[in-house]
Amino acid sequence: MSADPKALYQEVILDHNRKPRNYGELDHPSHHAEGVNPLCGDHIHVALDLAGDTIKRIAFHGESCAICKASASMMTVAVKGKSAIEAKTLIHEFVDMATGRIAAKDGPHIGRLAVFSGISELPMRVKCAILPWHTLQAAFNAEPSASTEAEADPMHAPLGDA
Amino acid sequence: MSNTPAVTTPPAFDVARIRADFPILGLTVAGKPLVYLDNAASSQMPQPVIDRLVRYQTTEHANIHRAVHYLSETATTAYEAARARLQRFINAREAREVIFTSGTTEGINLVMHGWGRKNINAGDEIILTVLEHHSNIVPWQMLATEKGAILRVVPINDAGELLVDEYEALFNERTRLVSVGHVSNALGSINPVKQMIAFAHARGVPVLVDGAQAAPHLAVDVQDLDCDFYAFSGHKMCGPTGIGILYGRAALLEAMQPFKGGGDMIHTVTFEKTTYNTIPNKFEAGTPPIAAAIGLGAAVDYLCGIGMPAIAAHEHELLRYATEHLSALPGVHLIGTAQDKAAVLSFAVQGIHPHDVGTLLNQEGVAVRTGHHCAQPLMARLGVVATSRASFAFYNTLADVDALVAGIRSVQKVFA
Repeated sequence: MSADPKALYQEVILDHNRKPRNYGELDHPSHHAEGVNPLCGDHIHVALDLAGDTIKRIAFHGESCAICKASASMMTVAVKGKSAIEAKTLIHEFVDMATGRIAAKDGPHIGRLAVFSGISELPMRVKCAILPWHTLQAAFNAEPSASTEAEADPMHAPLGDA
Repeated sequence: MSNTPAVTTPPAFDVARIRADFPILGLTVAGKPLVYLDNAASSQMPQPVIDRLVRYQTTEHANIHRAVHYLSETATTAYEAARARLQRFINAREAREVIFTSGTTEGINLVMHGWGRKNINAGDEIILTVLEHHSNIVPWQMLATEKGAILRVVPINDAGELLVDEYEALFNERTRLVSVGHVSNALGSINPVKQMIAFAHARGVPVLVDGAQAAPHLAVDVQDLDCDFYAFSGHKMCGPTGIGILYGRAALLEAMQPFKGGGDMIHTVTFEKTTYNTIPNKFEAGTPPIAAAIGLGAAVDYLCGIGMPAIAAHEHELLRYATEHLSALPGVHLIGTAQDKAAVLSFAVQGIHPHDVGTLLNQEGVAVRTGHHCAQPLMARLGVVATSRASFAFYNTLADVDALVAGIRSVQKVFA
C-alpha cells in the first residue's frame, strides 16, 4: 500500500503552499528557466541572480499543485545564498530522494526538505515535487525550458552534469 | 440499498446484484472500500466477461479466417458472432459495416487515412467542436497539415453546450466532413448529433461521431442517427482494452482505401499487384485481438441483459443526486452544466489544485480523474488548466456519491 498522503501534506508543506517564499518575478535575472509538466499542467518560472558564484536572489512563480509550489518555495529558501555548486549538489540529492534512489538521511544536505521523502511512494506525484528542481537545473544550464517528460524527464534520464 | 423514495432506482434495476458481478468493486484502497468514479477513462469488467475470456483462451483459441481445423473454426465463429452482437447493439444494417479496431482512436485514424486522405484537399474544411478529445482533433490536424485543409471549430456556451447556430454558420461550399463527439468526456455534455447530422447531410457533408463516451451509457442506433461513421471503445463499456468498433456505412467503407496492409485484408497478392478483401476484412489487417473482440461481444450481452434504458435511467439518477450534493458543497464549483448530460461531473475545489484533490481522495478510497482529460483546447476555453472529474457507471450507487462528497470535505479540511 502506498504511503499515507496525509503524511505528505503536512503542515510545513501546506504552509509553503499557502505562503510561498520568494514568490514573484526578478528584474533582469542572470539565469531563468520555465518548467512544464505537460501531463498535469504544472507550470513554473524560476529566476535567479548569480553574483560571482553565489545565488544572490532567487524567485519563482507559476501555476501548480501544492506539492510543486511548496517544493519550489522550499527550494528557493534552501539555495538562496548558496554557491551554484552547492545548489547543484542539492538538486541531485533532492531528485534522488524524491525518486526513491536514496533515503532522506543519506542526503547530507537534505535537511528540512526531508518532508518530501514520502513522495517516492506516490509515483504519479513525483514529477510535481521535482519540477522546480529540474527547472533550476535548466536555468543553470541556460536552457529556456524544462519538462518532466521524455528525455528531459529525470525519471527516465539522468540530469545533465552538475 | 435505501428505500427512501427520493433516492430509489427503478425496482427492476438491482444495483447490489449488479455490483456482485464485478469482483474488482470489492477491493479496498488505502484501507477503505473502493469507490470507482473514473469510468469515463475505463470501466470495470463483470465476471461473465472475464469468464468468457477464460473460456476462449482455455478451449477455443486459434487464429481466425485461416485454417480448416477445429479450433480455427471455433475461434472464427466466435469472433464473427461477436461482430453480429455489436451490429445489433448499434443497430447497423449489416455485420460487414462493423469493423473491429483497437479502439476509438484507431477508428478515427482509420477514417482519416482511408476516407480523409482521398476526399479532403487543399482549402477544404473539416468541422470539429471545442469539446473534442485530442483523439478527435489530432488526426484531423495531421490531415489538415498534410493537405492544406482547414479545421473549423464549433464553440460552446459557459454551460458546456454546443452553439448549434454557430455550427450551422460554419458550413460553406468547402465543408467536407463533420467529426463530433456524441458525449463530452470532460464535461458530460450530450451533443445534439442527430440534428447536426441532418443539417450536414442536407448539404451533402458526411459525419463521423466519436461515440466513446456515449456507447456505454445510451442506446445508440446508427440508423436512427443516420451517421456515416461511429467509433467507440470496448474498455469503456465493460469490455477489454485493445478492442473497439468503427461503424461505417457500407458504401463509404467499400470506396475507402485500406488503412493498414497485411494478412487477412487481401484478396490476392503478387509482387505486381494486390487486390483487397471485401469489408470488413479490408480494414482488419493482421491477426486481430480475437479474445478481446469476443470479450466485447460478451460485454454487450451483459449490458443488454440489464438494458441500456435501465442503465441510462440509473445513471441519470446518480447524476441528479451528485449534482445536487456537489453544488451544495461550499467552495466546490461544477464545470459543465449542460441541460442534456451524461453522468460526468467535472469540478473545481476552490484554492486546491486538482492533483492534490485526486491524491487525497484516493486516500479515502475514491478514484477520480484529475488533469486536462485529453481536452486541452476545451480547458483553455474554460480558463482552467485541469479539473477533477467524477464519472459514473451503472454499478455506482448513491452511497458512492456520498463517499465522494465526504472525501471532498476531508480534502478541504487538510487545506483549511
